[in-house]
Amino acid sequence: MPARVVVLGGGVGGTLAANLIDKELGRDAQVTVVNPTGMHDYQPGYLYVALGEAKGHWLSREERSLLRPGVDLAIETAVRIHPDAGTVQLERGGSLAWDYLVIATGARLVPDDVPGLVEGSFEFYSLDGAERLAQELRRFHGGRLKVGVAGIPYKCPPAPVEFTFMVEEYLRKRGIRDRTEIELLSPLNRAFSIESASTLIQPYMEERGIGLTTFFNVETVDPGAGVVRSLEGEEAEYDLLVLVPPHRGAQVVTDSGLGDPGGWLPTDRHTLGVDGYERILALGDATDLPISKSGSTAHFEAPVIASRIASLVRGTAPRNGYGGRVMCFLETGDGKATSLRFDYDHPPQPPKPNRAWHMAKWLFNRLYWETVPHGRLPENAPFSKPTANVSTKE
Amino acid sequence: MTTTEITRSIDARGMACPGPLMTLIGAIREGSVGDVIEVLSSDEGSKSDIPAWVAKARHELVDVVTEDGYSTFVIRKVR
Repeated sequence: MPARVVVLGGGVGGTLAANLIDKELGRDAQVTVVNPTGMHDYQPGYLYVALGEAKGHWLSREERSLLRPGVDLAIETAVRIHPDAGTVQLERGGSLAWDYLVIATGARLVPDDVPGLVEGSFEFYSLDGAERLAQELRRFHGGRLKVGVAGIPYKCPPAPVEFTFMVEEYLRKRGIRDRTEIELLSPLNRAFSIESASTLIQPYMEERGIGLTTFFNVETVDPGAGVVRSLEGEEAEYDLLVLVPPHRGAQVVTDSGLGDPGGWLPTDRHTLGVDGYERILALGDATDLPISKSGSTAHFEAPVIASRIASLVRGTAPRNGYGGRVMCFLETGDGKATSLRFDYDHPPQPPKPNRAWHMAKWLFNRLYWETVPHGRLPENAPFSKPTANVSTKE
Repeated sequence: MTTTEITRSIDARGMACPGPLMTLIGAIREGSVGDVIEVLSSDEGSKSDIPAWVAKARHELVDVVTEDGYSTFVIRKVR
């Protein structure tokens, strides 16, 4: 009888892991993906929607079309995980039994966690939000534009910086740049978490007249007064406020008692096993690993998940563990970008922003549907460097 | 090292992005007043970044211990 593998979530991590497990184990496993909508969304595209550079329809495909024929798809919402019984309870009734469970349920936005945020700010972390922001930007005729972060952790750490660069270019092209003050309210004491990247990009921010306020972690928004206040006790006035909303782990993780206070799954940094459960693994945004919540992370974790499930099913020694590989782009506006490639042992050394990395991101966005979910991105592609996953000693 | 009881421990060694300080700020947001959070970081920048943020946000830096290749920061949430 084939091993029953249930994958919760149909984003980058869940889809790729399901395909790789099916490919690796063939008839030895029956893989079922549980996804609430049956649709797969390409979230990195929302940034471009907000700036009027992309339309929503480009960013969504049917999950079925991305899965190998041997993988089952249940368009259902998982409401409770029962680790001891080895089942997942579904919202519409019934349950799915599993021998191995992969949790790739991602992160959800919880804008209500910050008072005043929904009424007082815009965001580009959901398709609806990005479309509303695009409309607002078209109406915008100048003033104080502030960009900040209203919760940690959040997906795609470079996104707020990218947005400031791209919106600066957008406003310049619209001829209202001289009437607009742009300021990044950074949660840290520099523009971006990675010091080498910050050192590289801050001169570009200065050159473009983008202001920087440091150690500003948004706590409340007062839409009436047009004021945003920080955890550190400071405030900033705005005419247009763009905030990364707070994130939490999936409801099913919290409801099943598996998550930490934020709903993130305690996960081993190398094995990707959920602490305390031999047959449950997690990847992508759902984990508590202090590493980027990004599609790239999930992309590099998925082969490790597939390999480990295969070794569990076959009773063989695991081949490899996750070495912390992440690769992402950072747009700096005017058709240029830099790249951040690193792992647990190698900090990033981002190159000077150039056209080539912007083109690489453009190409990656367009090739995504045909490559990443299917595991078709070659190991030696620039997106995959610089290092291999590590071997683990167990 | 002090004998302070640790509420939450974060091993951020080797984790460049979003990084130890960002993870600490997240833990402070999620935590309750009185919680003691321990952060392990191999990032050299943490030695200045973490104490600077803790001072700015008016929490308490209980201890910093530097060991081979990493430092351990102990922070109490005081407000």
